[in-house]
Amino acid sequence: MTAASQSSAPAGAVQRIASATGEPMNGAERLKQAAAAAVLAAMLCVPIILLHAEADGVGALHPIVRPLPVAIFAFLAFFGRLATLNFAAEGKRERVAKPAATGWRATVSRLLPPIGLAVLFLYPFVLVTILGAGKSLKWVDSYGIQILIYVMLGWGLNIVVGLAGLLDLGYVAFYAVGAYSYALLATTFGLSFWICLPLAGILAAMWGIMLGFPVLRLRGDYLAIVTLAFGEIIRTILVNWVAFTGGGAGIESIPKITFFGLRFASAPDGFDQFFHIPFSPIHGKMFLYYVILCLALLTNLVSMRLRRLPIGRAWEALREDEIACRSLGVNTTNTKLTAFALGAFFGGLAGSFFAVRQGFISPESFTFSESATILAIVVLGGMGSQIGVALAAVFLIGGFELLRELDFLRAVMSDGAGVVIICLAVFIFGVTPRRRVAAQIVLAMAVIVLALRFFQLLPTAIVAPFGIPDFDPAQYRGLLFGLAMVVMMIVRPRGFVSTRSPSIFLKERKTVSGDLVKEGHG
Amino acid sequence: MDNFLQQLINGLTLGSIYGLIAIGYTMVYGIIGMINFAHGDVFMLSAFIALLVFLFLTQILGVTSLPVAFIIVLICGMALTSIWNWAIERIAYRPLRGSFRLAPLISAIGMSTFLSNFVQIVQGPRNKPMPPMFTDIIHVGGAGHDIVLQYRQIVIMVVTVALLGGFWWLVQKTALGRAQRATEQDSKMAALIGVDVDRTISITFVIGAALAAVAGALYMMYYGVVSFSDGFLPGVKAFTAAVLGGIGSLPGAVLGGLTIGLIEVFWAAYFSSDYKDVAAFSILAITLIFMPSGILGRPEIEKV
Repeated sequence: MTAASQSSAPAGAVQRIASATGEPMNGAERLKQAAAAAVLAAMLCVPIILLHAEADGVGALHPIVRPLPVAIFAFLAFFGRLATLNFAAEGKRERVAKPAATGWRATVSRLLPPIGLAVLFLYPFVLVTILGAGKSLKWVDSYGIQILIYVMLGWGLNIVVGLAGLLDLGYVAFYAVGAYSYALLATTFGLSFWICLPLAGILAAMWGIMLGFPVLRLRGDYLAIVTLAFGEIIRTILVNWVAFTGGGAGIESIPKITFFGLRFASAPDGFDQFFHIPFSPIHGKMFLYYVILCLALLTNLVSMRLRRLPIGRAWEALREDEIACRSLGVNTTNTKLTAFALGAFFGGLAGSFFAVRQGFISPESFTFSESATILAIVVLGGMGSQIGVALAAVFLIGGFELLRELDFLRAVMSDGAGVVIICLAVFIFGVTPRRRVAAQIVLAMAVIVLALRFFQLLPTAIVAPFGIPDFDPAQYRGLLFGLAMVVMMIVRPRGFVSTRSPSIFLKERKTVSGDLVKEGHG
Repeated sequence: MDNFLQQLINGLTLGSIYGLIAIGYTMVYGIIGMINFAHGDVFMLSAFIALLVFLFLTQILGVTSLPVAFIIVLICGMALTSIWNWAIERIAYRPLRGSFRLAPLISAIGMSTFLSNFVQIVQGPRNKPMPPMFTDIIHVGGAGHDIVLQYRQIVIMVVTVALLGGFWWLVQKTALGRAQRATEQDSKMAALIGVDVDRTISITFVIGAALAAVAGALYMMYYGVVSFSDGFLPGVKAFTAAVLGGIGSLPGAVLGGLTIGLIEVFWAAYFSSDYKDVAAFSILAITLIFMPSGILGRPEIEKV
């Protein structure tokens, strides 16, 4: 069937593909490649998927053989490879025909900041008006506050990675320092959040200077590894120094945030009774939302303004060419240290906000994967681009949170209908070289399968074996996250926003491609 | 004194495992100048592969002889892990050759996240315990001394030495090794005189994975337990070993591995086992700051 549809493509098209790619990739060749991919996929799956080590009651392991997933992966690899080969050939043809459209980009980039800002400020009020106080709690908390924390962390790290070009894999250490500073100061000395917030930032910045001073003369990769080591050292100390940090159990009952001394609680001295409004937990959440929004905007403002000052220009110059900088008399150590310290400062602020929002912290929240997430946000957003970083945080963190919600996805994947749809989609995309037709067919098939499932017409005997029992979308977030990083590096190594605008310009602002911007040498 | 010798044995055993992983880091860094962040997770994957092949052999095929099973596990583990690392290089790193400098590192971090989550999903998040193997012990040093040498420690050291011998022969004496060293020195020049650079890089990843697979099988046998998160720490420590020995230097990687293993074991024995990771990481930082080219590495020359 595959061979037939391959050969049914017009001979002229094949000719054109061949001339455009510069290599004669005919149908047979593509099939061969796809078969190779299938064999490879099967070989990769054989040890780790075919066998499952299942522990029995007494803890002894017994192998369970699972041939079906291996077959599915081989099938997906075959048609997936075929699809990419077909698309690559087709894409080459389209690229020649399509004229470049750039006019709307300028408009979007001019209008996005003010509109985005307005949306951000109105977001909780709109939610409360539409959904009511009870239902909007979750949306303000796990979508609003959660995402904004990462936006702030992304912008903080962006100073280090995007502007100064220093790869920092241990950024979470400063986040942890900030969080523990607030938690310890508040629980031991009873200091309020608003006093601890700057203190936490300063402490984190001092750690940044202390750690940065010896290591900043290292080159890019080495610097990355040493920062990673520091991140791990701090986490290990947090786990093991039980008397000071509470160890793995963390610190509990950290004081909550107050509004000029008013607690967000149903009490006589609480916020709601003071203003004579009915008590609702949403008020506290909304206040937290605006605090983190202001903190994030502060980070953005400071880094945008500093970019124009001599120090910011020195950062970017350092990123572009360290040797040239040194020969022009820029003090590279101080320049790097300021970037490192400032990044750490904002990390510390975010950390102390995290502590006041959670009310409980433990070393679990400050693992390397957290650093990797923040770095991924910066890189996927396009290093050095503020809007890009914010968008990446919304996509990644919002996407993660969404994965928790999808009951529908869970149901569909558990009984196997989802796997069938995916297989159908990949199959159809694989055999049809035309994208639009294939997309329509896939959509139609998906609708049919889902409808059949909805009306209980799908024979369980066929679909059930394909199902992933107890499918939990949230379990797959790490997997998708890792894949996204790899795919992004291959497809768009310069991130979502791949143009950079200069901070200083002569007469007219011209944006340049991110490819022209260096990533620094450390 | 007895305690010291005992810890020396334990440290050399652990160091052998680190050394085997470190070679993968150092070779890849030498040839394409990239920190293969996913190497630790490839090691973890190989430990799982060894576990599964072992279960398959003993419970489905019914192999009863432990040494035979172990040799088959080593060979299968090396082959299957090599395929994995080959595919990883092909999919995640090769398209990035010529991209900006941090791109492969970030891609490798992504691959590392992917691999540990993948194993967690397909094999479950729980620790996988194994019945202990080669549990016999020898008392060394005669009467009056309390030094114990376990059979599995002997197995680890013998396998490591044999493998390193074979590996040394491969790199020093064969055409493949010459191509590998030539590419490492100057990949453009090597390409000009007819070395297939892409193929050589692939083979470097395959060799690194094969050594990591042996380390994985030995790790599984020695500790008797493996979990999906076991890739990160040994990976970072093996990288530390590679840097300590001088990254790019193969004897340096082994030397660094042994050093890190000894430091960790002695630290745990004489100070506190809680902070043994801190000791290893501090060594990494101190080495990089004061001796960036490591024990046996070549100093880096900065050209303008």
